[in-house]
Amino acid sequence: MTKASELEPEDAIHRGPPVTVDRYGPGKRINHWITASSLILLALSGLAMFHPSLFFLTGLFGGGQNTRMLHPWIGVVLFFSFYIFFFQLWKANLFTRADMGWFTGIRDVIGGHEDRLPEMGKYNAGQKVIFWAMALLIVALIITGVIIWDQYFNSYTSIETKRFAVLAHAVAAVLIICVFIVHVYAAFWTRGTFRAMTKGSVTGGWAWRHHRKWLKDLAGRGRIDPAE
Amino acid sequence: MMDSPRTAVSNPPVQPMESNLTERDLVRRSATSELPPPERQLTPVAKLIDVSKCIGCKACQSACVEWNDTHPGIGENVGYYTNPHDLTEDMFTLMRFTEWVNPETDNLEWLIRKDGCMHCADPGCLKACPAPGAIVQYSNGIVDFVHENCIGCGYCIKGCPFNIPRISKVDHRAYKCTLCSDRVAVGQGPACAKACPTQAIVFGTKEDMKKHAEHRIADLKSRGYTNAGLYDPPGVGGTHVMYVLHHNDKPHIYSDLPDDPKISAVVQAWKGVTKYTGLAAMGLVAAGALLHGVFGRANRVQPEDEESAERLVDSAGGRREDA
Repeated sequence: MTKASELEPEDAIHRGPPVTVDRYGPGKRINHWITASSLILLALSGLAMFHPSLFFLTGLFGGGQNTRMLHPWIGVVLFFSFYIFFFQLWKANLFTRADMGWFTGIRDVIGGHEDRLPEMGKYNAGQKVIFWAMALLIVALIITGVIIWDQYFNSYTSIETKRFAVLAHAVAAVLIICVFIVHVYAAFWTRGTFRAMTKGSVTGGWAWRHHRKWLKDLAGRGRIDPAE
Repeated sequence: MMDSPRTAVSNPPVQPMESNLTERDLVRRSATSELPPPERQLTPVAKLIDVSKCIGCKACQSACVEWNDTHPGIGENVGYYTNPHDLTEDMFTLMRFTEWVNPETDNLEWLIRKDGCMHCADPGCLKACPAPGAIVQYSNGIVDFVHENCIGCGYCIKGCPFNIPRISKVDHRAYKCTLCSDRVAVGQGPACAKACPTQAIVFGTKEDMKKHAEHRIADLKSRGYTNAGLYDPPGVGGTHVMYVLHHNDKPHIYSDLPDDPKISAVVQAWKGVTKYTGLAAMGLVAAGALLHGVFGRANRVQPEDEESAERLVDSAGGRREDA
């Protein structure tokens, strides 16, 4: 059985009926949506400066000058909101032996045959990949972003360093946008997922189907509300 | 009338003139892929700076400040002549002074190079610029910043092989030498060339300037400067500001003038392959998700799943966590 420390304190089963399972407390949900909005705003403002055909997106931010001025500040917001989130979730996102089975059974994942895969804890291997990809890319983006934040940090690095930073920033941004699309689509494809980040809970069936080990651990530890 | 002035020395025409540099004369415009070709080709112009004739009087700097109406702060003497200590958003041209001991003759040579935008034929600033129309290139070779379109990102600084553009801390826009495009447009040469008392700075068609340089180089060679030559670096397609250097074999001795300037390969990769593969990658992932969303089968929770969950919860009964 999973150690109690790897179950989030707010995770709990409600008998219902129907059975529901608390997955994210209000703090984490607020944090998630701050991070999500920042990432969307960063993608829009960043893409405006990435390719001329997308420059019109600066209109959303009140013109090019404002876009250039706001983008790094939104990045700072994202960095802090994500990293608070990171320290809340990282333990549950450590890879386990069962994750290998998920990777080798990727066809069954895509085919929706989760019954053929090992039982997953709170996060499956794909979610963990997204989590760590986000974590690494955000570090890369904040470091390279500060290097090219000329308004305040121009004098700290050489032009040659800034050239590498701006290239790395663009590459990391492309990657994180791809990761973001996969993340959003996976949440949409796996029906019943969004409510985890809106209401904070999922149905018992959702937990059984996708994160059976997590559900069993919660049940095994008696994290169940008394019957109403 | 001629399409561009042939000299900076003559006095300007007295009759009012229309600007002869317009949107129609653009050959490149930053972040703009479909620029209509210009209806005419202006005669390429150039400024030639003969380093060997410069006396370091800074009349060019004064003329530049006056014409462009900039207001550089009062400088501070830190023991050398270069003043201000770097190009700024208020100082588009700067005499850089170098004391160099010629190892062959053991003579001290005082090298004075008037630094400023080189007006590259292949401008790195323009390539790097993300703001449509913030940097333009006219068919006469002048590369100009259009400040109302500038967003202040500083990408031009990363694109420039000569470290020329500066961003204003006040209005957050990039500034550099315009080659006095506003003067050239009405038949006058650049202010610095007009002010230069020794004609170390001359202005005219690029062809004329190259010919003029040949005479100067021949003269310098006859005086023992065997490596004298014209600095018109091919790595950036040639420039519309050229130098006559007495030591053209080692441009770097002139306050780090690049020996072989090129747009950085990193900038090329950033503005080339990254842009196209990046857009393609994001597009493919988005299209893949969309197609799967439309044609794929959603991963839905089944009634059996809910029943199994209920059974599990029922069988777990009232066990407590600390049990």
